[in-house]
Amino acid sequence: MATLVQAIRLALHVGEERHGVTDIFGQDVGPPLGGVFTQTQGLRSAWNSPLDERGIVGAAIGLALAGQRPVAEIQFCDYAFNMVDLLKLAGGICWSSAGDWNCPMVLMTPVGSGIRGSIYHSHSFDAQATRVPGWKIVMPSTPLDAYGLMLSAILDPNPVMYLAPKALLRTKGAHFERIPGEPEDERVLSKMIDAPLGDRSKWRPEWPDVKDVLVPIGQARVCRRGKDVTVVTYGRTVTVAMQAAEALAAEQIDVEVIDLRSLAPYDWPAIEASVRKTRRVCFLNEDTEVTNFGEHLLRRTVEELFYELEAPPKLLAGAHVPGIGLADALERASVPQADKVTSTLRELARHQP
Amino acid sequence: MISTIPRDPGGAEESALSPELLVRLHDRMLLSRCLEERLIRMNKQGDGFFWVGGPGEEALNTALGLLVHKGQGPAFDYLHLHYRSTATLLAMGAEPIDTLRQMKNTATDPYSAGRNFCNHYSVRKWNVAPVSSPIEVQFSMAIGTAIAQRRTGGTGITVVQGGDAGTAEGDFSSCLVWCSRPSFELPCLMIIANNRWGISTPASEMHAERNIADRGAPFGIKSAVVDGNDAESCYRALEKAMDYVRHERRPFLLEAMVSRLYGHSSASGANFVPDEPDCLVLFEKKLEERRILTRTAMDELRAKYTQQLLEASKRVREEPQPRGEEIWKHVFAEKDVVREGLGPRAVTRNGTH
Repeated sequence: MATLVQAIRLALHVGEERHGVTDIFGQDVGPPLGGVFTQTQGLRSAWNSPLDERGIVGAAIGLALAGQRPVAEIQFCDYAFNMVDLLKLAGGICWSSAGDWNCPMVLMTPVGSGIRGSIYHSHSFDAQATRVPGWKIVMPSTPLDAYGLMLSAILDPNPVMYLAPKALLRTKGAHFERIPGEPEDERVLSKMIDAPLGDRSKWRPEWPDVKDVLVPIGQARVCRRGKDVTVVTYGRTVTVAMQAAEALAAEQIDVEVIDLRSLAPYDWPAIEASVRKTRRVCFLNEDTEVTNFGEHLLRRTVEELFYELEAPPKLLAGAHVPGIGLADALERASVPQADKVTSTLRELARHQP
Repeated sequence: MISTIPRDPGGAEESALSPELLVRLHDRMLLSRCLEERLIRMNKQGDGFFWVGGPGEEALNTALGLLVHKGQGPAFDYLHLHYRSTATLLAMGAEPIDTLRQMKNTATDPYSAGRNFCNHYSVRKWNVAPVSSPIEVQFSMAIGTAIAQRRTGGTGITVVQGGDAGTAEGDFSSCLVWCSRPSFELPCLMIIANNRWGISTPASEMHAERNIADRGAPFGIKSAVVDGNDAESCYRALEKAMDYVRHERRPFLLEAMVSRLYGHSSASGANFVPDEPDCLVLFEKKLEERRILTRTAMDELRAKYTQQLLEASKRVREEPQPRGEEIWKHVFAEKDVVREGLGPRAVTRNGTH
């Protein structure tokens, strides 16, 4: 079973072999390191850039305009804030030129808490990202989605932001969610594609013959069907929602968990169908709560589905504080935890209108 | 490393430009000036919300437009211009009425369909990347097209142009850094049109270096300073610089000392500035002295262009404005027009960039 980060690497490999990816680049992306999370090890198009986020994004835009197919990386999304105007530029190239140009590029960056990354390695980016029109934005929570969304991102004619939840990078998917063509035995896969420790100058990966699987951008996935209450989430908090759902199942509360997977465009029909069924909904993510993407979804729910609701819709998000503190208690107090998600869903389910 | 290209001592030099070329330079410079004057008048008459443009940069920008290898894709020159590049576009063959259309933000504006300010060009078939109002971002984008051209080889180069004030931004440094990395030098010509102003702030309050061209030296980037008010010097300096970048496949930094003849934009009144040298007046004087064109012929040409542009502006006034519902068009590209425009053989896949 591939981990989420191995799935990204496999998709990038397929991208450069079969779908025209020309450049996979950013700080420490090329050899010998192959990415601080191993996401670009062994890829023949991977190269190291200067430590310059503006240059990285600008270069990706220019490569895209020149008909290349770049996948650029910002090492941590916390370091993306000095190039936000370039996100506006990339997102506006097609629109501002009235369709004269398009800008086919992928920008990937690890996001979120969960590795005790303190103030500058724990930030989320979904609230910022969804503020920039013209970008497609995806955020997987399983290896198979990570694989299929990356391939869709590579094939899309628009700029696509690929937010990788760093806490889930080492996690594996369910058994039935195997990438077609990956080895049965995870140790075999690791031996084939993970770079050895120490000297890697002679090392070459042995890529398994994985098949194309496209996860369409804009399509949510129902991770768990339920009838009593809906939780709409993405990224790391999908796993938190699933924990809460399992806990509540023991109390005969049946939770429906929707992994949005794409934030732009997002799957409103999936949300709407679930809310019409359960009539109770919680939006869950870990970005700071003021002007949060979940707030937008909640607003739309209130405006369009108000008379379907049997309980006030909820938003669970990160505390609106300047950073995520290093100490365990500080991080836990900053982003939604399973106990809080569980109690919130319980209250929603039991709410009497 | 710095070579100051001397001004033409008076026409006796062996590399004198042909009379036909001088007439062509003059024609496009004059047309560009007449167009700017028409734009300013349109703005003052209420036919267009804002004017910004390049009166005073015609000598430099016309020469650039005439020297560009015009076409689509990495085999030709990429242009990352600024909003004072009117003369470059006209010298390349752009229709002046299209600039009037953008001024009047009509639906027929081919550069942005009424979305952007005047002189914000975008011409994919000529590799003119969309011009945007930020004065620095083109230096980041240029890195990408230059990487593509380093990879594809040939003689296509990347040309990026900005003003002196914009060199304070990090993007200019990014371009210097990325273009000069050892063993990875990029075929990029950086042109700084130094008018000694940043809107209302004089150069003395912005930077200490004597010449901006000096900033190439620590990176090993060859550079030159040219009198941007002398059309022949500009042509020769650009020819030399472009030839170097084209064939050596290395970067070059060219600084042209130019005038800003109508101030920063309509926001500062767009009134003629009498105390700065006028490249068109100087060039016409020289052409008259050398008996290449008569005063009468040049006056008649000016009257003709002025009249033609007046009539064109009246036509543009009658053209349709975009409709409000069109804001939703081109948020996303439906097709990969960039790659389709290049044909199947244009993209090189090469892992070693």
